[in-house]
Amino acid sequence: MDLSTRDLDNIRIVTVNEPRIDAAIAIQFKDEMRALVHGGPARVVLDLSHVGFIDSSGLGAVVAAMKQSGTAQHFELAGLTRSVKKVFALTRMDRVFTIHADVTAINGGLADAG
Amino acid sequence: MLAENLSFMGHARDRGTFNRLSGDTGLHLVFPAGEQAVRRALATATGAFKGMGLDPDAIELAELVLAEVFNNVVEHAYAAHAGGIIELEAWRDTDRLHMRVRDDGVPMPGGALPKGQRHDPKVETRDLPEGGFGWSIIRDLAQDLRYQRDGMRNDMSFALDLGEFAISR
Repeated sequence: MDLSTRDLDNIRIVTVNEPRIDAAIAIQFKDEMRALVHGGPARVVLDLSHVGFIDSSGLGAVVAAMKQSGTAQHFELAGLTRSVKKVFALTRMDRVFTIHADVTAINGGLADAG
Repeated sequence: MLAENLSFMGHARDRGTFNRLSGDTGLHLVFPAGEQAVRRALATATGAFKGMGLDPDAIELAELVLAEVFNNVVEHAYAAHAGGIIELEAWRDTDRLHMRVRDDGVPMPGGALPKGQRHDPKVETRDLPEGGFGWSIIRDLAQDLRYQRDGMRNDMSFALDLGEFAISR
C-alpha cells in the first residue's frame, strides 16, 4: 500500500500511489487512512489522481476514511480519474464528498507551494 | 447440509490454473477464488475485451461489473471455504458483451440475487454505509441479469450493452 502525505499549513494531502483501490487492498487502505486522518490537520485531502480503478470495496474504504475524520475536520477528494468518477456517480457518493478537480486547485494553488 | 455441500466444492475443475481456452470471439477463464487471482483475471479479461474490439468505456464498465461479481463470490459464496474456483465465459455479438460466471460456493441467500441498496442523500455522514454498493453497481450496469442454482453450482449471467457506448462517443 503506497500512500504519500504532504502537510501544508492546515491541510494534509494524502496521495494514493496505487493504480487500484480494490478488494485486495481495501482493508489495508482503511487501516492506513485511519492513522493519517485521526488527529491530523483540519483538512485532509485524498488525492486519487493515480487511481485508475476503484470497486465497491475500495469505495467503502474511502467512505470509512471520511467517517474517521473528526467533527472539526474536513475530508475531501481530489483528482478523480474518469473511471473512478463514474463509480462515485453511479453510487451517488459524488453528492456526499467535496471533490476537487486536482490538488493544485485547492486553496488557490497553495498545494503547489509544497 | 452446509458442511456436506462445502466438502464437494471446488473440485470440479483444475483449480489454481488460468486457462484461456477460446480465441478472439470468446473468453473462458478458470481461476482460484482469491483477491489476487481476481485482479489477474480482470487484467486478462480486459485484455481479451480489447481484442474483441470493445470501446475503452465499455471495457471499463465490464471490468467494474465483473469485479463486483467476482468479489461477491469470494466474499460470500466461498466465505466459509478455504478455496474454490470461479469460471468466467464472455463473448460478444454485434451490440452486446455477454458474460457468465459460475462457482461452486454456497447458494445466494433465498435463491435470488440481492437488490442493490441506493444511497439516500439525506443520510448523515456518520451513518453512511461502507458496503453494499456492489449490487447496486451490478444492477445499474448489467442487463438481463439472471441467476440459477445448477446442482452444486451458482450460475449467473448478464450482458453489457455496447451500442450505448457507440452513441455516447
